[in-house]
Amino acid sequence: MQSTLSDLSIGERGVIEVVTAARPLAVRLMELGLVEGTEVRIKRRAPLGDPLELELRGYSLSIRADEARCVRVRREP
Amino acid sequence: MTTNATPTVLFAGNPNAGKTTLFNLLTGARAKVGNYPGVTVDRREAKLKLDDGSHSTVVDLPGAYSLTARSAEERVAIEALLAAGSATPAAVVVVLDATTLGRGLYFATQVLEVGLPTVIALTMIDEAKKLGMVIDHAKLAASLGCAVVPVVATRGDGKDELVRAIRDAVTSVPARSPLRRFDAELEADITVVEDALVAATMGSRSDEAAKRRLRVLAQWALLSIGDDELTGVAAGVREAVERVRSDAKRANRDVDRELVTARYKRVDPLLRDVLGEKAGPVKRLSSRIDDVLVHPVWGLLVFVGVMFVVFQALFAWAEPLMGLIESGVDALSAFAKAELPEGAFTDLLVNGIIAGVGNVVVFVPQIAILFVFITLLEDSGYLARVAFVIDRIMAKVGLNGKAFVPMLSGFACAIPAVMATRTIESRRDRLLTMLVVPLMSCSARLPIYVLMTSVVFDPSDKVFGFLSTGALVLFAMYVTSVVAALGVAFVLGRTALKGPRPTLVIELPPYRMPRAINIGRATTSRVRRFLADAGTVILALTILLWALLNYPKDSVSEARFEQMRAVATADADEEARQAALAEIDAEQAGERLRNSAAGRAGRLFEPALEPLGFDWKIGVGLIGAFAAREVFVSTLGLVYDVSDATEEDQGLHAKLRAAKHRDGSRVFTPLTGVALMVFFVLACQCMSTLAVVRRESGSWKWPAFMFGYMTSLAYLVTLVVYQVGRAFGWGV
Repeated sequence: MQSTLSDLSIGERGVIEVVTAARPLAVRLMELGLVEGTEVRIKRRAPLGDPLELELRGYSLSIRADEARCVRVRREP
Repeated sequence: MTTNATPTVLFAGNPNAGKTTLFNLLTGARAKVGNYPGVTVDRREAKLKLDDGSHSTVVDLPGAYSLTARSAEERVAIEALLAAGSATPAAVVVVLDATTLGRGLYFATQVLEVGLPTVIALTMIDEAKKLGMVIDHAKLAASLGCAVVPVVATRGDGKDELVRAIRDAVTSVPARSPLRRFDAELEADITVVEDALVAATMGSRSDEAAKRRLRVLAQWALLSIGDDELTGVAAGVREAVERVRSDAKRANRDVDRELVTARYKRVDPLLRDVLGEKAGPVKRLSSRIDDVLVHPVWGLLVFVGVMFVVFQALFAWAEPLMGLIESGVDALSAFAKAELPEGAFTDLLVNGIIAGVGNVVVFVPQIAILFVFITLLEDSGYLARVAFVIDRIMAKVGLNGKAFVPMLSGFACAIPAVMATRTIESRRDRLLTMLVVPLMSCSARLPIYVLMTSVVFDPSDKVFGFLSTGALVLFAMYVTSVVAALGVAFVLGRTALKGPRPTLVIELPPYRMPRAINIGRATTSRVRRFLADAGTVILALTILLWALLNYPKDSVSEARFEQMRAVATADADEEARQAALAEIDAEQAGERLRNSAAGRAGRLFEPALEPLGFDWKIGVGLIGAFAAREVFVSTLGLVYDVSDATEEDQGLHAKLRAAKHRDGSRVFTPLTGVALMVFFVLACQCMSTLAVVRRESGSWKWPAFMFGYMTSLAYLVTLVVYQVGRAFGWGV
């Protein structure tokens, strides 16, 4: 089964497989470091439930759940 | 390479990497802030004295995560880096945050490919150390082929070493860092785009430096072109990029992904190489702070608290300062009036120029206070959390979380609020926010609400026996303004400003201690830019409006008032004489206004205003209110022959209550009062807002659009309110 970043629960880790978003967004996400093989952890959700806070490459990035659905990941135990 | 002119050194780096702090540390002296031509991006530059006594001009480029640029604003950085001829920079300083080295190196390796002498300033090494990261900067320097200087900008550590490295870079013969090629397929794609760039004379292969620039430009084109807001890109280049991309797609390749991934595949091994063993996961202090600050419950409370303080400061703390400025302007006017002979020139000086300068300066306290807070929030890292916390609500109307602070500030005044939209990166989101901020009910509308509620409602009027009608109507105005702002954002986002699906992709930087010097500089530069740019437009418009409200003068009536004055002066009784003269003055001011261009326009527009329940006198008031909404009260006072009227003036209240339409019916019924308030909520009755939107959007197109949509909206809604109200017999 294929998972996306939005399927991961808080605290869970995943390894990026591919960013499936449309162009401008895809380039932005990849340049921010969401490229194949990068480990990402879902840190928390915003108080109102969206957006998400991700932790990758030593920094925190906030993206909306809509955007997280465009990032395919492999679940890490 | 030029040797005669002062060499230029560019400062580039990721946002939040400490670039501005380092810039301030190095240059010390006040930076010159200007604009890049054609875009509203600040260009900060300052002189830097090198250790050999020579000077360089240091330019602080806008923070960026890559050289990809889809709009003119984003393109500023790459254009500065690739400038050829006499504008070629002598060196680049890339500021890298040691705690997020991987992402920073992605950007740094792009910059290194340009082939300019480069120095890497490694900041936040103290933080990195706390996280158990030890960076072998000698190894990093060897791998990248450039100098790497660790610094702690907040303490000044490494400053001298950095200056020395910059001097070396500026004075030495440029030794280009080695160029590493991608795989053959990707190189072929780059060459296709390079050829198109050469054909379009956007680049050349004349020498080694030009070839380097061409290669960087080709990669920029591949990642940036398509769904962009760029202008001045040759059609041939666009075609080449599209062709490369579609050819790749047919071969089941993705050029974007290959380009970005290939670069990260270079960065990642390098990172492992220079980074010592990590001493296990350390929970950052920031992360612990966020456990509270973005907690589902405490986070919301903190959010409300912080926003309340900002709002309170903007609303209440600015008040005494604004009062001081206003009394200063009044004193100056009185002085000029007393000292100078009466006449057209004095009138222009007092009511045009001095009043105009006052109209500009009066905004300074609010702008300064707001920017102190915004810089404080931004530098501490909380501003990104504001967006994070509130984004869900803003997303519903197509805005993003970063629009919240400007919208909130709009309740105090649209001028600083429009300026605050600068914190929003996307041009579309920024424009959208700018266009709806003036709908937020600002404090200048309050005197009008107060005047109208006290004229048309009896204070003892109650709804449900305990709610004061006036207070309820006042509350309804604020609700109307918020609903209108969000509604218009929703509609514009799907029509006039339709764009790619809005996103929120923002870094949540670690919390850091804000520095007073950064806050002071950011605030003073904002205020100075406002005075220089928007200020001159506001001054000019004030003078124009003064002329409209005073000219042409009717010589027959002027002569009549002179005669009346002569008669009154003959009165032996001092008190009676003064009273008579004052009355003549008030009447003459009213008469002049009625005869002026604005007075005539009011009468000309009366047929259009009648369906709203307004008469021509209100029309004149509306024209006067364009200088600033609160001027409506005094202009209305003038038309009704009450001099120096305020919203609490009993004389004005009485006159307004007694005002009659030609058919003898009352003008200021509760319905007209409400209609007028609704009009003021929605109409763009403020030339200063238009001036500042022009400044921040870069053209007159957007303020013109804003004026058009707000006036139409105000007219239509007021029409509906008045006509429906009349049909049902409410408040007539």
